[in-house]
Amino acid sequence: MTKITIRGNMATALGAKLSRPDVVPAYPITPSTLFPEKISEYIADGEMDAEMIRVESEHSAMSACIGASACGARVCTASASQGIALMSEMMFIAAGMRLPIVMAVGNRALAAPINIWCDHQDTISQRDTGWLQFYAEKNQEGLDLMIIAFKVCEDKRVLLPGMVGIDAFVLTHTIEAVDVPEQNLVDEFLPKYKPELYLDPNKPMTFGSFGTPEFYQEFKYAQVKAIEKASEVIDEVFAEFKKKFGREYKKIVPYKCEDADVIILTMGSMSGTARAAVNKMREEGKKVGCCKLTVYRPFPGKEIVDLTKNAKVIAVLDRDISPGFGGALYGEVAAQFINTSKHPLITNYIIGLGGRDVLIEDFEEIYDKSTDAVKKGRVEKPVEWIHLNQEVL
Amino acid sequence: MVKITLGAINEVAGSSKNYKTGNWRTLKPIIDKEKCKKCWICYKFCPEGCIKKTDDGPVTDYDYCKGCGICANECPFKAIQMVMEER
Repeated sequence: MTKITIRGNMATALGAKLSRPDVVPAYPITPSTLFPEKISEYIADGEMDAEMIRVESEHSAMSACIGASACGARVCTASASQGIALMSEMMFIAAGMRLPIVMAVGNRALAAPINIWCDHQDTISQRDTGWLQFYAEKNQEGLDLMIIAFKVCEDKRVLLPGMVGIDAFVLTHTIEAVDVPEQNLVDEFLPKYKPELYLDPNKPMTFGSFGTPEFYQEFKYAQVKAIEKASEVIDEVFAEFKKKFGREYKKIVPYKCEDADVIILTMGSMSGTARAAVNKMREEGKKVGCCKLTVYRPFPGKEIVDLTKNAKVIAVLDRDISPGFGGALYGEVAAQFINTSKHPLITNYIIGLGGRDVLIEDFEEIYDKSTDAVKKGRVEKPVEWIHLNQEVL
Repeated sequence: MVKITLGAINEVAGSSKNYKTGNWRTLKPIIDKEKCKKCWICYKFCPEGCIKKTDDGPVTDYDYCKGCGICANECPFKAIQMVMEER
């Protein structure tokens, strides 16, 4: 195994290269541009045997992905923000047609106002497309999760597309040391994709055909059963990955949660900052822990409940906002507890939108606000915005 | 019983013929053979391709005719009447 220092986009591109995709249709967009650039370079240098399709938009990129995947090719692409918004229509189709396309995402805010920085709104807004969603904390995870995503998505029990999110700039453009898995081990881990049925001019058939009211609901039910099954498959693939490459992945990773009164729930790059903040607060005698969500779809609701049920309060951090409600993750975590008789208080903090830095002191503020709710025995303001500059409002 | 397939794959090519869309119809085109001059404008305009050319003049395939009325609208001799479908 070799160790190299690379930017996040290069890590996901390298993860893609090691997975040996046959076709890569992609349309460059900040902060993911380096991904198609790197793939194009790999192909030009003869390091990668794939067809790169230069498309005229992200909608076309996803359309080409669907066509290629239906032909039985292993397919990947990359995008972010507005690009994913434009792809949205085709993303539903990719999932409904049960095509295991893998997309690397540089998680970025959505306009207006135009903003190229880190935010989870782009992928969170696509949570109902039927794609699996993985969120990386660091570049190594970006690389590994690409390989893992292919294996999970192509599993016959799943057959669904999936995306791997790495935070814009914080990861996409930040250089970190990364262990590069050996190609022969990746080949053993991820054999060639062989779908049972594929488009072939010599044997014409229809993919994604008409679904009348008599059958549409059953198609959707089968699709939902597959993503639910993915939960089990992800555990198996994580275990196999650990055996092969030594690195451990979990859908949700707890840190100092056993005796914690306050548990902070995070996704993406801020999870490392959360652990540093927990360390600092633990030294001050505060009973606090944190949990990082690596898999957002399928939603690991049971795992979240098991890890957090004994806390006094769960502070859910959302780098996204569902206007008129609150954070998406908050709503989903709260829903997991609704039918339990006794559960922790649940607070929600909107943080780091549009690339605003997430700092250790923010976690201290979140801890203070959450413990205040515990003292009062109720949450007065469930959704709070951290680091909001009232002066400019 | 028909079973749903993975990703709505239909392995039989050209099977849309099996789906008879004629039952979508509320108005039915009736061709008056006396008025018909066999100009075949209806045949050319039918978006479903379900007007057949015969020696006897145009014949509507009611298995697939959705009753859109384009044939009646285009007929220069007013030889096609749209009448309420009765089933």
